[in-house]
Amino acid sequence: MDAGLITSMLFATVVAGTPLIIVALGLLVSEKAGVLNLGAEGMMAMGAVAAFAVTHHSGSAWLGVLAGMGAGMAMALIFGVLTLSLLANQVASGLALAIFGVGLAAFVGKPYEAVALQTVPPIRIPFIADLPIVGEALYNQQALVYFSWALFWGLLWFLYRSRAGLVLRAVGESPSSAHAIGYAVIRIRYLAVLFGGAMAGISGAFLSVFYTPMWAEGMVAGRGWIALALVVFATWRPLRVMMGAYLFGGVMITQLFIQGSGLQIDFPSQLLSSLPYWATIVVLVIISRNANTIRLNSPLSLGKPYRPDA
Amino acid sequence: MFELEARAEPSRLMSWLSPLLAVMLMLGGGVLVFWALGKDPVEGFRVFFLNPLKDFYSLSELLLKATPLMLCAIGLAIGFRANVWNIGAEGQFMLGAAAATGVALYFDGSDSSLLLPVMIVAGALGGAAWAAIPALLRTRFNANEILVSLMLVYVAQLFVSWLVFGPWKDPDGFNFPQTRMFGDAALMPALLEGTRLHYGFLLAIAVLIAGHAFMNRSFAGFRMRVAGAAPDAARYAGFSAARMIWVGLLLGGAAAGMAGMAEVAGPMGQLTDKVGSGYGFAAIIVAFVGRLNAFGIFLASLLMALLYIGGEQAQQYLNLPSSISMVFQGMLLFFLLGADVFINYRLRLRRRAPRSH
Repeated sequence: MDAGLITSMLFATVVAGTPLIIVALGLLVSEKAGVLNLGAEGMMAMGAVAAFAVTHHSGSAWLGVLAGMGAGMAMALIFGVLTLSLLANQVASGLALAIFGVGLAAFVGKPYEAVALQTVPPIRIPFIADLPIVGEALYNQQALVYFSWALFWGLLWFLYRSRAGLVLRAVGESPSSAHAIGYAVIRIRYLAVLFGGAMAGISGAFLSVFYTPMWAEGMVAGRGWIALALVVFATWRPLRVMMGAYLFGGVMITQLFIQGSGLQIDFPSQLLSSLPYWATIVVLVIISRNANTIRLNSPLSLGKPYRPDA
Repeated sequence: MFELEARAEPSRLMSWLSPLLAVMLMLGGGVLVFWALGKDPVEGFRVFFLNPLKDFYSLSELLLKATPLMLCAIGLAIGFRANVWNIGAEGQFMLGAAAATGVALYFDGSDSSLLLPVMIVAGALGGAAWAAIPALLRTRFNANEILVSLMLVYVAQLFVSWLVFGPWKDPDGFNFPQTRMFGDAALMPALLEGTRLHYGFLLAIAVLIAGHAFMNRSFAGFRMRVAGAAPDAARYAGFSAARMIWVGLLLGGAAAGMAGMAEVAGPMGQLTDKVGSGYGFAAIIVAFVGRLNAFGIFLASLLMALLYIGGEQAQQYLNLPSSISMVFQGMLLFFLLGADVFINYRLRLRRRAPRSH
């Protein structure tokens, strides 16, 4: 394997992992507050289509990202109203959001299916981008790749070093205690859910505006669900989310490189394409095998509705 | 301001009124959607909701569309009642379709009347086998069945696509991703002359009745209901949680697999890579709107079929993408989940607390 190939595989792995990092870190925050939103796939699809449409009409990729974020938040708001204000079942509401979001995105996106966007040039960080092998792969990337790293560091600080993060985690562990000492549990959960929606929207925007500058129905291709699995796999820790996302990015890219390499291997491309999904399953099995790991690490009130006694 | 007040016990009346309320809200929302899209709302309403009911043939198409939804939803409902969240019916549907196709292709040219029953069994086994993966991983390794069953939908789609692009591709099919057309003995006979409605509909009704009997008349069904409604009580009574996961997933997979069989042996007449048309996901909505109950599922599947056909009509007459169906289906489920709050709570006018100084 020559250095050029390593660089390009590393580059592609980082790009493939980025949307997973962004959406999974957003989900991590809402799960830390005790809210399980299974609708990530729908929020990403809406983010992707909104970002694509706005970028197409305005010519500005950044307005597009903003629109994607807004669309993701709007979807998350529906989920919030249902589960937090109307106390609906979180699993059912999340499934509804996933189905609705994917459907609405297909509907809204129909006129854009044959449209292509200009590719957005990467941002080159001076000096370190000249490093051998890794320089080109890591520091000549799209701005949202750098954003995903900033998001990671920001969340580490927020969750484990800031007072607000402590409150958020308290709400997820024991909403009734948090309520008893005077925190507005429902408002905090709303904020956490909206943050999750915003990140899912940005992640969708990354897919449709930067990664493959086009819109196609079903282009999110299960990444929202993979991200949900990633959060479990990471036992709700940001660093493991990041590592897991790159691992999956690596699996996706490896199968693409094998398909594109022209190596004469006698293996059908469709079955090769199913590798990332099998990998998700295998990883889930490995991490879930020990029930205690999951029980000890998952936020205690995850998925349970909470209503403060007035 | 209004506030929610917990009811002493869940309202049975509201649990039946809530789907009706959700349908009303969806119809109202639909009018708004047409208006927002710049279409005449009255015309939109007529095309979307009334056209699919206008004559005998349209009604037979409605029943045809409802068939796979009914089958998938009753299977899912059994699991949902025990909090077993199989959301991969779409994949189990495709595997059932593939297994039935395998039988049809292997016995191509046979005119045995046993062919169809064997295909039904193969479809059920195919679906159940696919659902056995999340069941095994959940019971042996504690892996979340929601995520595993969903991942397997994507795998199933790629697998079917491999079959029809590769080994099962029709040699005379101009390279289209599809198998040969099935022989007559492998096709569901028509139920009504001059329509596409076939015996699969009767199969669906039979499975609905069997599902009802299982849930309400058998001890296994009772255990599953207890496990869903009161998990602690079920544990205390010594009901095996693992067995419920297996039963919920296998029955759900078998029903979805039969639905897939009825689709390839019914209106499609062959396997193509478009076999999964979202019925498995729509069935999740059907199961909830039907209150996880056989009769409710029957009605809800007719309603969802109406939304599917309405979408096709809207594409034809209003020049809207047919994916508008999914928008309406999603809206319906949102309204239902929202309206369900009134089962356990009632609205009360909040009286201002007297001010204390």
